[in-house]
Amino acid sequence: MKKAWGVELPARASVSWLGLVLALVLLPAASFAGVLADDRADALYHRYEGGGVTIHGPSVLVRKKFAEKYAISANYYQDMVTSASIDVEVSGASEYHEERDQWSLGAEYLRGKTTYSLGYTNSKENDYQAETTTFGISQDLFGDLTTITMGFSRGKDVVRRRDTITDRIDPNFKEPIDRWSYRVGVSQILTKALISSLQLEVITDEGFLNNPYRSYRFVNPSNNQLFSLAPEQYPRTRTSNAIALNARYYLPYRAAVHGGYRFFTDTWGIGANTFEAGYTHPWRQWTFDVGYRFYSQNNADFYSDLFERRDEQNFLARDKELSTFKSQALSLGATYEFVPNGWRFIKKGTLNFYYDRIQFDYDDFRDARYSMLPAADPNFRPAGSEPLYSFGANVFQLFVSVWF
Amino acid sequence: MQVRTGILLAAAVVLAGCGNIEPWVKPYERQALADPIMSFDPNPVSTAYIDHVFDAREGARGANGTAGGGCGCN
Repeated sequence: MKKAWGVELPARASVSWLGLVLALVLLPAASFAGVLADDRADALYHRYEGGGVTIHGPSVLVRKKFAEKYAISANYYQDMVTSASIDVEVSGASEYHEERDQWSLGAEYLRGKTTYSLGYTNSKENDYQAETTTFGISQDLFGDLTTITMGFSRGKDVVRRRDTITDRIDPNFKEPIDRWSYRVGVSQILTKALISSLQLEVITDEGFLNNPYRSYRFVNPSNNQLFSLAPEQYPRTRTSNAIALNARYYLPYRAAVHGGYRFFTDTWGIGANTFEAGYTHPWRQWTFDVGYRFYSQNNADFYSDLFERRDEQNFLARDKELSTFKSQALSLGATYEFVPNGWRFIKKGTLNFYYDRIQFDYDDFRDARYSMLPAADPNFRPAGSEPLYSFGANVFQLFVSVWF
Repeated sequence: MQVRTGILLAAAVVLAGCGNIEPWVKPYERQALADPIMSFDPNPVSTAYIDHVFDAREGARGANGTAGGGCGCN
């Protein structure tokens, strides 16, 4: 059994504040060693279908540690997108295809109870590039009952625009986005069967934050039953705050329940709540998961489904992501463990299948396709009185994981 | 200066107290917590994907334990 450690107090008050806090908080914990995650490789196929959009592709993640104190990881992720979403239909464009390739590299260094991590991610589409660098530090405290994490990310994106007719990149359009993210978190063992975590993250973006293809709509000046379109205008800065509390509880038999809540606000006036709950049940070589997630948000200050006139205000958006809506998700998962006793260099492996059904119900985003119908069509509805939009999505994940 | 010294000493005493906290769940009592079903993130490749699915379609973002990254998927 590990004994609690003693602390030697600095004798002189001239020690700096920072030095004192670091000495008291970090040094006592440095006498016992932490642990890095196991060597592991995952190969995943993902598929999303919903709202006229299909996105699928692979994700491969490999991590390996050396000398129990260094670890490296690499991830390749790809999205292959086919989209004829409601936004594409309303803009009058035809179905489009595009691809996104993302590479991530990470390194970790464990020293005593402290883990330092560095990461780099590069994401490329033909009209969008993003680079993100992250730094993190994690510290185990109080006999490993508590883990404190801190992280910082810096992102630089470049937004380009494709001509929707010729499919060529517009050489005159190139806009940057700068991103900063600050994270702190605490993971706490509360009892022999209960663990919790609290996370806080502040993200600031600055640059061209709207989608260069999306339009807002306003009442057609010559016929108020119809609408016209104009390019969206967003503020050039956004800062968001999110705080999340999660807990996992081990039941009296071998199974676990978990729950979580996240509160979100930002400088665009969006407020959101996310609730999650789930149950995990192992049975022989299988593990089954079932979960439910509820999300709701109110709209951004400059969002409107239908503006009264062109340039009605400085900022104008009609992105349904900025509208008032709810989403609900039901998640089912099954994991089968193979070679549980190992085979050659493999310690164990799992085959996993997850399915999520997500339902999005919008409160102030209307299905504008109804007012684009000929006026004589029995389904025609004037602009502003179309039915509210909603859609369901099916999300599949099939992956194999190997520990070595 | 006296105030600062007082605060410094108070902080030192409080933090020294932290150092002497006796772990109330002993290492040998953490069998259930060590079970893989108690992991917050048992499959990082899957968690990163499903977080991305929601991030790309909802206004809220962050505090989900991952570092995130930019993409033009909004």
